[in-house]
Amino acid sequence: MTAQNKSWDTPSFAVIDAIVHKHNIEKGSAIPILQEIQETYGYIPLIAIERIGRITGIPDGDIYGTATFYKMFRFEPPGENVIKVCRGTACDLAGAAKIAESINVETSAAEGETSYDRKFTIEKLACLGCCSAAPTLMINDELHSRLTPESVRKVLKKCKCGDEGSA
Amino acid sequence: MKSGTATKQVKVGLSSCGVAVGGRGVYDALAAKLKGMDVELEPTGCLGMCYKEPLVEVSLSENQHFIYGDVTPERVDRIIDEHIVHGRPITDWLLTTKSSGFGKSDYFTGQTRIVLRNCGVINPESIDDYIAAGGYGAIEKALAGMSPEEVIEVIEESGLRGRGGAGFSTGLKWGFTRAVEGSQKYIICNANEGDPGAFVDRAILESDPHSIVEGMLIAGYAIGASQGIIYIRAEYPMAARRIELAISQAKERGFLGTSILRSRFAFDLKIRVGAGAYVCGEETSQMMSIEGKRGTPRSKPPLPAQSGLWGKPTSTNNVETLANIAWIITNGAHAYNRLGTETSKGTKVFALSGKVARGGLVEVPMGMTIRKVVFDVCGGTASTLPLKAVQIGGPHGGCIPASLIDSQLDCDSLHSIGLSMGKGGILVMDESTCMVDLAKYFLSYSQGESCGKCVPCRIGSKRMLEIFERITRGEGRDGDLELIEEVATSMAGASLCGLGQTIPNPTLSSLRYFRDEYEAHIKDKRCPAKKCKALISYEVLPDNCTGCGLCVGYCPTGAIGGWEIESEICTRCGLCMEVCENNAITVSHKEGGDG
Ligand SMILES: Cc1cc2nc3c(=O)[nH]c(=O)nc-3n(C[C@H](O)[C@H](O)[C@H](O)COP(=O)(O)O)c2cc1C
Ligand code: FES
Repeated sequence: MTAQNKSWDTPSFAVIDAIVHKHNIEKGSAIPILQEIQETYGYIPLIAIERIGRITGIPDGDIYGTATFYKMFRFEPPGENVIKVCRGTACDLAGAAKIAESINVETSAAEGETSYDRKFTIEKLACLGCCSAAPTLMINDELHSRLTPESVRKVLKKCKCGDEGSA
Repeated sequence: MKSGTATKQVKVGLSSCGVAVGGRGVYDALAAKLKGMDVELEPTGCLGMCYKEPLVEVSLSENQHFIYGDVTPERVDRIIDEHIVHGRPITDWLLTTKSSGFGKSDYFTGQTRIVLRNCGVINPESIDDYIAAGGYGAIEKALAGMSPEEVIEVIEESGLRGRGGAGFSTGLKWGFTRAVEGSQKYIICNANEGDPGAFVDRAILESDPHSIVEGMLIAGYAIGASQGIIYIRAEYPMAARRIELAISQAKERGFLGTSILRSRFAFDLKIRVGAGAYVCGEETSQMMSIEGKRGTPRSKPPLPAQSGLWGKPTSTNNVETLANIAWIITNGAHAYNRLGTETSKGTKVFALSGKVARGGLVEVPMGMTIRKVVFDVCGGTASTLPLKAVQIGGPHGGCIPASLIDSQLDCDSLHSIGLSMGKGGILVMDESTCMVDLAKYFLSYSQGESCGKCVPCRIGSKRMLEIFERITRGEGRDGDLELIEEVATSMAGASLCGLGQTIPNPTLSSLRYFRDEYEAHIKDKRCPAKKCKALISYEVLPDNCTGCGLCVGYCPTGAIGGWEIESEICTRCGLCMEVCENNAITVSHKEGGDG
């Protein structure tokens, strides 16, 4: 919902088990479980896969296989802000590559990387559904569109300042 | 502020297209300033004019609606003072007006709104608004006086074909699913909308979520399913929130649950959020994903109508398909099938993006020409450059040159020129687009989305992409084009699912219509549109340069020194040219090429 960064919790068995039990009442719940774990921790800790397996009875390998199939799941902790740069057709045509370069200049993190100060993780995805206002990106859950290389730097600076303000 | 009695009304478009450009700030400013005034302020969804968001609609009386575009919080004061208080619309800022319904502007003339009937009109978070617009009247009509077979008959007679890409008759599909024995059946709403460039389903879900709930209720009643699942992609968080809210409101009012509207019909609805896999838009992959597995497709038969989710009879329908259902039941099959062409009935929503003047959503009767949609409704290209090509149908579709834009937009006409409608994305391109680069883009997208289960798709897409990469690097060889065609043809024939079968489409159509551009890359090592990085170079124009240094600050590799751009270090990202305010950077064909 918010543009605000999230301070991620440290994985704990109690929390993971509660998430698994909450969804395990339905069959086929592996993906909702993984999603809530990622919402909580920002990524899927390997111990979570073991806990899911133990409680649901699904073999660990199957859970891991499922998790790795879907692009949304991360296996390493992300930075405080996750930036998803749209590389869909309309955005690409409107200069998404330049937006990505500009983000790289500002954060020193390229696509798929987390910045040294752990403020930003940069990811890409294809189409946020706002193509007529390309290029677009999403910071955490907030959409930004009609970007230029300059405006994106301003947006990122705001993110950084926001952090300092709240610290 | 919502009094229900106020005749003065202000609406702010708060779909993601509006919010992404500051719509919420505009809404908050209006809310603060309108406090204490007898004016009703309501959020609404997407009107389709995404190119001018944030949009604010002011109506001082029932049949007078003024729409302002590009509204900022700073502009709010003047709109309130001059227009709302003194009744003088600010013509400079006015985008369009609609007097008693749509029809008084270029953008809305020529559109016929069935799917988008409530989009940008009602508050998507209010079930009362939906009901006041006639919502849930269709399910009431069906439960009160139609048998499931009669519902299917009406839908079949309407001629509605699925909008998810395959274009199969919805009525027939429901009929098959109904006919299969089984106490447990499922209806799935496919809201994965993975095609880049398509945003029809997002807009519907965000702007009129109850129409999907009602469409699914009717579908469930027709096929005999008591459980519905909406599979929505993770990239659409706002759509997921709104549909979730709609479901809980519908439950509260007794439209979901047991004995719906005092009938014996029981129906429950739940959401599954995707996890970032394009192939999960394919119905069998989607079922695997709902079952909690890797989302890989399986071969058909058996058809999902016989053995779908958890092995039970299942019907999967696209969002836009379902958004038509309640309207058809209310207005009858004939009201629908009198629109459109012989074989494609009704309307279709198209999502326009790219180099188009008025990008957004337009709903037109099937069979309208591409020219009418692109030029008459959407105002032609956004730049001063002429139209070069139009890409239709995203990664499954294809592109056509400007010379073919008098072709009609319906399933069969498009098919005859080698295109498919896909999910209705229309990408407009002017002369600055490289068609080889575009085909490479689609290929690399699809290659990344191949699930890897079948060999033709997994290996074929990879090999084709390698050839494209060579060509755009200036290392193309004689025979490359024939090789691409050979691989493409075998992939199309031998792949397991619709993904692999259609990956070659954009390539084949662009080869068919833009072969000379491929040849320029291969033979002359030249990219006519100056897009392919290996074939271009950037230079500073000393006469225009003021020495402001902006480009130096932006250059990621430090390639710019004085008036020289070091070719060895320059990555051709183009940032310098983009940020330069004096047109002092130019791009030209790389030396060594011809030209
Ligand atoms: C690779 C691939 C991706 C697809 N993606 C979607 C999608 O995002 N949304 C959709 O409704 N249909 C998609 N489809 C089509 C579905 O398999 C299915 O035909 C459709 O959802 C049926 O609904 P309809 O009859 O209302 O069109 C896709 C098909 C393929 C092969
Ligand atoms: S292509 Fe970027 S939002 Fe659609």
